[in-house]
Amino acid sequence: MSARRYTKDHEWIIVDGDIATVGITDFAQEQLGDVVFVDLPAIGKEVTKGGEAAVVESVKAASEVYAPIAGTVVAVNDGLAGEPAKVNAEPFGGGWFMKLKVKDPSELDGLLDEAAYRAFVAESH
Amino acid sequence: MSLLAEGTLVDPGLLHRTPLHALHVELGARMVPFAGYDMPVQYPTGILAEHRHTRAAAGLFDVSHMGQVFLRGAGAVVELERLVPGDVRDLAPGAIRYTMFTAEDGGILDDLMVTRGPDHLFLVVNAGRKVEDVAHLRARIAGAVTVEERPDLALLALQGPAAARVLDRLAPGAGRMTFMTQAGLSIAGIACTVSRSGYTGEDGFEISVPGDAALGLARRLLAETEVRPIGLGARDSLRLEAGLCLHGHDIDGTTTPIEAGLAWTIAKRRRQEGGFPGADIVLRQLREGPSRRRVGLVPEGQAPAREGTEILDAAGLLLGKITSGGFGPTLGGPLAMGYVAARAAAFGTKVQLMVRGTAKAAAVAPMPFVPHRYAKP
Repeated sequence: MSARRYTKDHEWIIVDGDIATVGITDFAQEQLGDVVFVDLPAIGKEVTKGGEAAVVESVKAASEVYAPIAGTVVAVNDGLAGEPAKVNAEPFGGGWFMKLKVKDPSELDGLLDEAAYRAFVAESH
Repeated sequence: MSLLAEGTLVDPGLLHRTPLHALHVELGARMVPFAGYDMPVQYPTGILAEHRHTRAAAGLFDVSHMGQVFLRGAGAVVELERLVPGDVRDLAPGAIRYTMFTAEDGGILDDLMVTRGPDHLFLVVNAGRKVEDVAHLRARIAGAVTVEERPDLALLALQGPAAARVLDRLAPGAGRMTFMTQAGLSIAGIACTVSRSGYTGEDGFEISVPGDAALGLARRLLAETEVRPIGLGARDSLRLEAGLCLHGHDIDGTTTPIEAGLAWTIAKRRRQEGGFPGADIVLRQLREGPSRRRVGLVPEGQAPAREGTEILDAAGLLLGKITSGGFGPTLGGPLAMGYVAARAAAFGTKVQLMVRGTAKAAAVAPMPFVPHRYAKP
């Protein structure tokens, strides 16, 4: 399994073989506040790098979640339907959003590692 | 992820601050620009917890950004009635009434609370409209009536089922006040003007206090075990569950009091006499029925439908748009209000909401979504 990588839009991704798991970061969930609904993509949907892949709704507003890399949706976290607050409680664990079949592993190279993401958050917020 | 750009577009240095600003920061609030003020949207516990706490115990809200205006002079009642459809003349001393400034076309310039004081009328208007409201009053009010804006006063709201118990502890007698009345009370030694009113659907009080005493009052109230600070986020979810309008969203210059379902604010005498801006249109809509109405909407499933969402009938024809929508923590699901063609306004009418390009089923529902719990006599 790869180390977790990040986007500047506050998604994270971990790759295991050719399957990537995607979620939003702890910083993102803290900024959103209480999550009350997550709109997940259909299995089989093709997502593009940086394209809209899901929507997360807090009490206040809806936010789009972008795919960190291109791929095909092979699984979604159905548990979030009954327990959307898991995104707040366990953003890097039980609050994952979707699994993608990776289309082009080289797209991962352009993502941030943990140190770079932390530095990005510290500097821009 | 598309994070909200709150606080990043406006230089916080250009925003007004209420007398409680430093307290909000000290309490760890997330501050956002709202109506030209730097205001707390939530405290560290978050909107859901703040909402639930207000419904279960008591929440303290800083609403000092709202406009407080005194009208003084012998003709104040007559002059104000020329601008609003509410009955001000028959308002008993110390009684409060909800009404609105109407335009010549019947649109709602702002909504407001009017209290008859011993020698004045006391108005509370929306923060985002107070400059326009005061200009409107000064331009339209004739005679020897003075319009006195009071930016030196702060306004705190204490809301929730424990509010009366808490306030009565600090100001004996507060608990005996009834809904929509006002009294001068000393709260823990601080002279205040206390109204039994609010914007949450719960019992509670709105407390007008000199700005320089507001911080002491807020700290004293927060020292009570039932009381926690509540931000604008929960204020919005609470008022939405209570079915209460937010000016600029659910009512504005393009909606009339009748379309907005606010005919109950127009007493019999004003219906007979008219004499307020837009009376011809408003009273005709009252007689004949408006072409569209503000309604409550409950979406099926858990996906919230936000402001601007199109409302369609079963055949796919456009009925109107959502004006406020989100998640109701007490309701436990999504809820909204919006305008629909009058033919679709009956409770139970099935409609479709276009959420991100997908039609989601919803039904027209009675408001409030969560029952009001006012201290009615």
